[in-house]
Amino acid sequence: MRLLACLLLCFPLVSLAAGGGAHLDRANIVPDDRQSLQRGARLFANYCLSCHSASYMRYNRLSESLGLTEAQIVENLMPAGGKIGSVMKVAMSAEDAREWFGTVPPDLSVISRSRGVDWLYTYLRSFYVDESRAMGVNNVVFPDVGMPNVLWDLQGTQKAIYAKHDGDHGEVLEGLEITEPGQLTPREFDRAIRDLVNFLAFMGEPAKQERISLGIKVLLFLFFFLLVAYFLKKEYWKDVH
Amino acid sequence: MSNNSNGLLAWIDARFPLTKLWNEHLAQYYAPKNFNFWYYFGSLALLILVLQIVTGIWLTMNYKPDAELAFASVEYIMRDVNWGWLIRYMHSTGASAFFIVIYLHMFRGLLYGSHRKPRELIWIFGMLIYVCLMAEAFMGYLLPWGQMSYWGAQVIISLFGAIPGIGDTLALWIRGDYVISDVTLNRFFAFHVIAVPIILLALVVMHIMALHEVGSNNPDGVEIKKHKDENGVPLDGIPFHPYYTVKDIVGVVVFLIFFSIVIFFMPEMGGWFLEKDNFIPADPLKTPEHIVPLWYFTPFYAILRAIPDKLGGVIAMGAAIVVLFFLPWLDRSPVKSIRYKGILYKIALAIFVVTFIALGYLGTQPATPVLTSFAQVFTFLYFAFFLFMPIYTRIDRTKPEPERVTWK
Repeated sequence: MRLLACLLLCFPLVSLAAGGGAHLDRANIVPDDRQSLQRGARLFANYCLSCHSASYMRYNRLSESLGLTEAQIVENLMPAGGKIGSVMKVAMSAEDAREWFGTVPPDLSVISRSRGVDWLYTYLRSFYVDESRAMGVNNVVFPDVGMPNVLWDLQGTQKAIYAKHDGDHGEVLEGLEITEPGQLTPREFDRAIRDLVNFLAFMGEPAKQERISLGIKVLLFLFFFLLVAYFLKKEYWKDVH
Repeated sequence: MSNNSNGLLAWIDARFPLTKLWNEHLAQYYAPKNFNFWYYFGSLALLILVLQIVTGIWLTMNYKPDAELAFASVEYIMRDVNWGWLIRYMHSTGASAFFIVIYLHMFRGLLYGSHRKPRELIWIFGMLIYVCLMAEAFMGYLLPWGQMSYWGAQVIISLFGAIPGIGDTLALWIRGDYVISDVTLNRFFAFHVIAVPIILLALVVMHIMALHEVGSNNPDGVEIKKHKDENGVPLDGIPFHPYYTVKDIVGVVVFLIFFSIVIFFMPEMGGWFLEKDNFIPADPLKTPEHIVPLWYFTPFYAILRAIPDKLGGVIAMGAAIVVLFFLPWLDRSPVKSIRYKGILYKIALAIFVVTFIALGYLGTQPATPVLTSFAQVFTFLYFAFFLFMPIYTRIDRTKPEPERVTWK
């Protein structure tokens, strides 16, 4: 009962916290762009998969949906010696993760379905230098996140720009600015993140393309069947007076 | 089928009343010929019941009712089981569709007085089905073992703790643990796949048997059995089969079109049918920001939160459902159908519809002081609809009912 009271009392507070979320940029992913998915898969394998698992996702699922041969997957995306039918596990143990990051990095199989693609797209581009944090970085949309900016070599480093407005009590984060360029220009980096998010969205629901294409066929059949059913009904009901 | 020359059929009929049942419930069950749009939802509810049972059986083949495995087994169904994603989306969408159809089916009763004498028992069986359905949906929602499954169940079960004296013991007894845990998941699974469906099926049979005993009501709210021909067939009745079977096929196809649009193109329905937070595995240590029951419970959830006192809230929420059982005796109007009722009932029903939708919306929102005041007003209106019904239906200026049903 106390728990319930607690929960009910939390409602107003929580909503304020949720309502004050940062502005999210639109990811604008193109789910059937295979090139983009392939680039995203490569980024995912190189940068994410060392700490984050995707333990509901099998490697061989990439072959059909991304247009890759099994040999390409084994060569480019998988750790050495892995089996093509295995799921995307991570080598790091949970204890190590807790020691290094303070928490176990979440599994990313369905992260796109809980966070949404826009959140992911914004989050991955919103790290900035903050020396007070253990990893030296903080994030605009996920304050005090435990994750370091693993993509810094591509993006470069960003610092936060604060502004002080009249009537505000503290400084307001107004934007981020690149202080040290990375290997990619900001435009190239945004595209890389879009590819990565596209891949994360694909992993969230690998059957999505199949679902949509089957859906169109099902609806076409149902519309045709509706005509048949309608005229059948009309024929039978002729003699109801 | 009434032809007894068929050898096999005669053999069966001598041992089992197959032809008799067929005739009583389909071929010689005379339904009023003036059913309109609102009369599709009974057969649609039956269709969804069958869909839920069949998809449920196939889900059970791969689902693991174990706190360690449940979430992963659902994703396994979504990815590795052939057509698993389709079966799962049919089941999750079917749950919401069931409530949409049932709410419309019940609203039909309010429109045409289908609960009035001599159909009180049909209404009561129907209400029992509705209560069972709520239990079924609530327990089924725990099974995916996501954050919203877990915390939704935590909140709802702790409501039982508000009952004085036995409350905490009762909540403990229901959970089988101090918090929602593997034990709770196992027993909810047992109830969801066996106990409640059996009761539900029995109630559906009783609902239909009671209906076929007294005969269907119709949009005019007049009894077609008052005027029969020389064979005892109601003059305004037509055999359910083939007339309503072919008509209901049209309704079924239209329903399936809407159902398919959701399943294939928007299975999450913007977070209303599958909530975002339920794609995060249940974590007893992390409370989600905003715990909301699924949309079909939110009107009652809003009533719960509208009452400042905890026990009072639980009682009000229970009363909001219990009061529906008494509907057949609350309506004192001389006529059944809204077509012949007066302005008072029409206004009351319109206010009730707005109230129910408003409460449903408020139940999804954080309980800010302003919204809580609104919820209190609507809670009052919800109960006022029922409590004042004996008065406003009696003084209402009704129109005379026709002798026969109106048709074209």
